[in-house]
Amino acid sequence: MQLYLPIAELSVNAFALLGLGGIVGVLSGMFGVGGGFIITPLLFFMGIPPAVAVATGANLVVASSVSGVLAQLKRKAVDFRMGFVLLAGGLLGSAFGIWVFAWLTTLGQIDLFVQLSYVLFLGLIGAMMLRESLGALMRSRKANAPIRRSHVHYSVHKLPLKVKFRASGLYISVIPPLLAGASVGFLSAIMGVGGGFIMVPVMIYLLGMPTKVVVGTSLFQIIFVTAFTTVMHAVTSQSVDMVLAFVLIIGGVIGAQIGTRLGVKLKAEQLRILLALMVLAVCLRIALDLLLTPDELYSITRGVAI
Amino acid sequence: MTLRLISLAVAALLCALPARSETIVAGLSQDMVSITTNFTGSEILIYGAVKREAPVPPDDAPLEVVVTVQGPSAPVVVRRKERRYGIWMNTEAVNISQAPSFYVIASSAPMDVAMSDTEKLRHSVTIPRAIRAVGIASEAEDAPNFVDALVRLEEERGDYAMAENSVILVEETLFRADIALPANLTEGNYIVRLFITRDGAVVDLHEEVIIVNKAGFERLIHVLAHDQPLLYGLLSLLLAVIAGWGASAGFALLRR
Repeated sequence: MQLYLPIAELSVNAFALLGLGGIVGVLSGMFGVGGGFIITPLLFFMGIPPAVAVATGANLVVASSVSGVLAQLKRKAVDFRMGFVLLAGGLLGSAFGIWVFAWLTTLGQIDLFVQLSYVLFLGLIGAMMLRESLGALMRSRKANAPIRRSHVHYSVHKLPLKVKFRASGLYISVIPPLLAGASVGFLSAIMGVGGGFIMVPVMIYLLGMPTKVVVGTSLFQIIFVTAFTTVMHAVTSQSVDMVLAFVLIIGGVIGAQIGTRLGVKLKAEQLRILLALMVLAVCLRIALDLLLTPDELYSITRGVAI
Repeated sequence: MTLRLISLAVAALLCALPARSETIVAGLSQDMVSITTNFTGSEILIYGAVKREAPVPPDDAPLEVVVTVQGPSAPVVVRRKERRYGIWMNTEAVNISQAPSFYVIASSAPMDVAMSDTEKLRHSVTIPRAIRAVGIASEAEDAPNFVDALVRLEEERGDYAMAENSVILVEETLFRADIALPANLTEGNYIVRLFITRDGAVVDLHEEVIIVNKAGFERLIHVLAHDQPLLYGLLSLLLAVIAGWGASAGFALLRR
């Protein structure tokens, strides 16, 4: 069944869109990532204009994150205080990112910048997570595995403005989470994603938060950052496609519920290995696009003069 | 008095068009295309007849029909990738001031036969002539390659097409052309031009307009997005939050 999208101005297969939304929803529920880093490139491949894909992707991430966070709330796995601190940084970073996005668009280099950011961040984080979680899996398989301390003291713990984050069992300065929020907010606006795939490892490895609250807290702050991005895009470029978003959301919210339940059944280490492999696969795909000689050297952009 | 005026006017008209012994009478199957949710493209039938005062002299060159359909024009940026530091990136760009979103030429004979080069130039009939690319030479060394690339890309997408021999012509009098409009139509006025030619020279030309518009729900969404962007953005959010909460609540019910 073909469906005409009023803002993207083209017609696409409705079932393909539903399936796409479903896959992203499962990821969202399982890992606490918004799924934007999968959906945005896939929408490009379907021929949806990048601006529409980015803005609508953000809208979809709002829906799947709301669905996911409600499931996490029932498990009391959201650290609200940490969520608000991350959010404050995130909104500032996102506003700056939207400005940079507009500037690079006029230069015609936004695609390259987006692709390079994807390769760099997905590659780094994927490799880091894979190494860490493989190591953890190895340790847990050994009979006399050493007991890990509940949290490790990094140098970030020496900074001032310390606050108690009870749900995470942390007593750290607000500066690292503020900075982490801001840089993730910036990247999310540039890359058109929620930023969960960056936020989750930052929370685990940099802030030392326990894994059980990471997913819920990340989803919680993603809702607000992506909501902000959606409205900003709707106002500045009228590029949110409600019909496209609606179909993707239907698939996404169902997928997110399935994903959350799958996430409970799987072990944390296995879950992280899976996410790491997925992140690396997307990274490789984008890197190949940049390195291999493209079939078509020319590209056209309608309705814009530079 | 009125009668005399009319006969004068007719006389004046006849004097003004001495060579116009053949004129086009044409119609369209639809002069309005509505883009709705399940729009997958549309087929336009352009039909007509050649009206003549006197029978065709037997030694005249055969009559041919050329039909062009042109979508709304807009500026286009054509960019080219080049390998720099090992990766492929956009380096050079050329601004083309006006290029139609859709352009189809259909004719009853090969275009070389149906219309002479002078007439093609005069009426801007060919695809390169439909693109207004002035002053691009300063933007890149090989600027014409960028125009060629634009035409090639649009042809691959089915937005530009040459359909020679596709117009059906019966007894040099009745003709029909079937033009397929793609699913990714741009809104606006589509100009249909009909030419009848003899020996490559245009005998008469006729113009029609097809209005392409979004309709119903699609129109509502489009208008709201552009006139009330903040409201539209907030509505999109509301939709997302309700859907997210609804799915969560629905699954909770199912599990009970």
